[in-house]
Amino acid sequence: MLNKNILELHNLLINKETTSKSLIEESLKKSHELQAKCNAFVTIIDDAKESDITKDLISGIPYGIKDNYSTKGILSTASSNTLKDYVPFFDATAIANLKKHGAVAVNKTVLDEFGMGGTGTTGHTGSVLNPWDTKRMTAGSSAGSAAAVAYGVYPFALGSDTGDSIRKPAAYCGIVGYKPTYGMISRYGLFPFASSLDHCGVLTRCVEDAAIATDAMKGIDPKDMTTWDSSDINLYNSLNKNVQGKKLFYLKEVVDLENYPHATEELKQHLENFHQTIEKLKKIGIEVKSETIDKRLFQTIGSAYTCISCAEATSNMSNLNGIIFGPAADGETVIEKMTNYRTEGFSPLIKRRFVIGSYVLKKENQERYYLNAARVRRQIVDIMKKFFETYDGLILPVSAGPAPFLDGSRKETITDDIRILENHLIIGNFGGFPSITIPNGFIDNLPVGINITGNCYKDADILNIAYNLESILPYKNQIAGGVDHE
Amino acid sequence: MSKYKAVIGLEMHCELKSNSKVFSEGKNTYNEIPNSNVNPVDMAFPGTLPVLNKKSVYQAILMALVLNCKVPSYLYFDRKNYYYPDLPKGFQITQMHAPIGTNGYLIIDTDKGEKKVLIHDIHLEEDTASLDHYSDASLINYNRAGVPLLELVTEPCLASAEEAVAFLEEMRRIYQYCDVSEADTKKGQIRCDVNVSIMDQDAQELGTKVEVKNVNTIANVFETINYEIKRQTELKEAGRYDEVKQETRRFDEETGTTIKMRDKQDAIDYKYFVEPNIPKYKIAEEWLSTIQNSIPNLPRDRKKEYINEYGLSEYDANIIIKDKDYANYFEECVKIGIVPKTAANWLTVSIIGYLNKEDCQIKDFYLTPVLLSQIITAINDSTISTKQAKEIFNKSLTELKEPNTYINKDNAQINDKKELEEIIITILNNNPSQIEAYKNGRSNLFDYFVGQVMKETKGKANPNLTKEILKEKL
Repeated sequence: MLNKNILELHNLLINKETTSKSLIEESLKKSHELQAKCNAFVTIIDDAKESDITKDLISGIPYGIKDNYSTKGILSTASSNTLKDYVPFFDATAIANLKKHGAVAVNKTVLDEFGMGGTGTTGHTGSVLNPWDTKRMTAGSSAGSAAAVAYGVYPFALGSDTGDSIRKPAAYCGIVGYKPTYGMISRYGLFPFASSLDHCGVLTRCVEDAAIATDAMKGIDPKDMTTWDSSDINLYNSLNKNVQGKKLFYLKEVVDLENYPHATEELKQHLENFHQTIEKLKKIGIEVKSETIDKRLFQTIGSAYTCISCAEATSNMSNLNGIIFGPAADGETVIEKMTNYRTEGFSPLIKRRFVIGSYVLKKENQERYYLNAARVRRQIVDIMKKFFETYDGLILPVSAGPAPFLDGSRKETITDDIRILENHLIIGNFGGFPSITIPNGFIDNLPVGINITGNCYKDADILNIAYNLESILPYKNQIAGGVDHE
Repeated sequence: MSKYKAVIGLEMHCELKSNSKVFSEGKNTYNEIPNSNVNPVDMAFPGTLPVLNKKSVYQAILMALVLNCKVPSYLYFDRKNYYYPDLPKGFQITQMHAPIGTNGYLIIDTDKGEKKVLIHDIHLEEDTASLDHYSDASLINYNRAGVPLLELVTEPCLASAEEAVAFLEEMRRIYQYCDVSEADTKKGQIRCDVNVSIMDQDAQELGTKVEVKNVNTIANVFETINYEIKRQTELKEAGRYDEVKQETRRFDEETGTTIKMRDKQDAIDYKYFVEPNIPKYKIAEEWLSTIQNSIPNLPRDRKKEYINEYGLSEYDANIIIKDKDYANYFEECVKIGIVPKTAANWLTVSIIGYLNKEDCQIKDFYLTPVLLSQIITAINDSTISTKQAKEIFNKSLTELKEPNTYINKDNAQINDKKELEEIIITILNNNPSQIEAYKNGRSNLFDYFVGQVMKETKGKANPNLTKEILKEKL
């Protein structure tokens, strides 16, 4: 039953054809099944209690929470050894809002440690496998959430997105991943990675569900100064069949095959598929044009992102020293205790990022690295805003193809050629732009996705374009079928 | 001072008064019970975010304007990153790039006249937790974590410990007068870092700067500066000036000396960057002028007014402005019609004397200006003597009854000549032998008769009038 979307489930609940209790039982059962298959969860909340069915579309419906959200009384680890026993005493605002609307959390999903990673393989409980093909990665960092939604554990799960952490795993798992405008959903209680880039968001199997879940989570929050009042926006009610005259653009330097002299068969198919999708969009009255950019500037997106995100991360995670929470480490002096806690607790990948963050922030390096990165960010955002004066959104393929293999036998190497293709989702974080990925095809029986990014506060427009595109593609509400390897 | 002059700069930290902390809803009140004024933000639990306290911003801007500083168009904050057990987040939110006030000045009075102290900047930040060290453990108290703190940085423009202290005292008064802080050193609300160097009187180039951290009372600032001047001078005299290092030291209260903490090359790189969780905030011109207009009458202005308009001595004026509540008391007295000099006398002698003796605050003082005026009116009417006034003042404070209770017919001074004459005649008639002796030259018996009159009238006889009548009759 949980392969259904929110609206279908709500109708069943209202008509008493099922109960919240039985949905939760089924969801828990599927959680254990997927845990055995893909290792998607840090915690399965076996004692989750049903809730009353109200007019709220999500009342009584189970959902999943990425383990970097603070959940009152429930282990919240950020998939890190530093917080492996941390049970918060307060709920993140987004969680509190969902509770208020009657949704029921059934599990906490695995992520790349603290959201820092794009593979789903760096969590302290081990790698998350892709339910479409367990030899493949889900991508990250919202790895467990993507796997669980794709598998049909529930209609929606929470993710967070600092570079592409919702939208890339969504593509690799054949589902919808949506990150609203910065500040639409409060970050209070989201364990920070890089505050100026972090977004809360949601993974679902259809655009409607993304709208419904976000409507329940969003709102101005006195605990987060970067939130804004969106009470006049109802994303779900804004979905309609009218996209006549909407304008999108893509970047020639990213999607034209001629940019890739060494293109793999996969990449060729992926781009071919993208152009087919564009043709379909044109048929429903959406104008799509090709635009050109300064390739050299856009090739620095990844480096600029590394500088900014690592700098903020090293500072944001300085509270993790084992003194107030977390398992305190041994040591002769307090400084030694703090050092040991961090040395033992963090994985090498994170430490590497801390070193980069500290390096770019050092007095003698700031100008060259951190501040230049901030300038790149500003320039790219300005260029995008200029485009958004003409267009409703930017449309591009997600990544260079379907999910790579976990064992690295076909290693994901980012060459100069595909650098922009792999990194362009970061633009959405640089500008705080609303951005949504939906599935748009298969390559080698593996799903691939397409992304639409629009101007700040234009969430309803972006969702509506995605909603209409979704309706002419055959992938809405799809559940991971796929290959199971032992 | 001999052939050298000292160059001193101060960093003064002052905790601000507010209901909640600068970036959280945690209470900002002095609390004896450790870790009772804390919330998740103060302890940096994962996922917590800072929320700026508007009142603290108001107070910071108020002080920036008092110090004639330039206020930036946009308010924003920076992170100062370092690890220490008293710093829960692992960074302090402060203002490095755009302090709330820059390039200001303050004119103060010193023994040597007026002095313009240049202000480099004043900025808003958060306090750390406090640590208590024991032989086998250290305890952390998070009550102080996140308390709003204003840090004021002067230019190196002070020339002596006396000037530094005069500046700090004036600042402390200003904080109190503006009602932005209690500025109580006993509660640790004021803490200073002191920079000292010496140079030849005629030199152009500054000497080597030594920083002394965490000097927690104004008296210790005085000692620190004088100790450093002495230490640096002695080394220079001995031809060992190269031993004066650009370093960070601390003041040791027990020995009255400064002790080296770390070298300049070990200075921490705080890796400042803009705090991303607090959006830039436009400081509207209208808000600035509202704040400018709310600056109260400052102590130095009041002092001038007391001297020039009320004719007080500088000595009295200085005593009165020392405490905002004294000054307010004084001004209230003047407002209800008490002659300023009389009010000043009562305040500086009897009232402050009483408050010091009883160790209490003028805020809690029973005799309000209105009640005090009952006594003063009675003296002016000659209803009571100054001696009686003193007694009524004390009695009123002991029994907490208004002075008028004791100023009535019963204890009113006897000023009636006829009434006194009758009493005196009776006394003289009863003491013929003493009169005899007096007339035979024992002039000291005059005082005996005065005493008898006072005894008979229970001290209510007007003494001058008594003496006058006695001289007549004897």
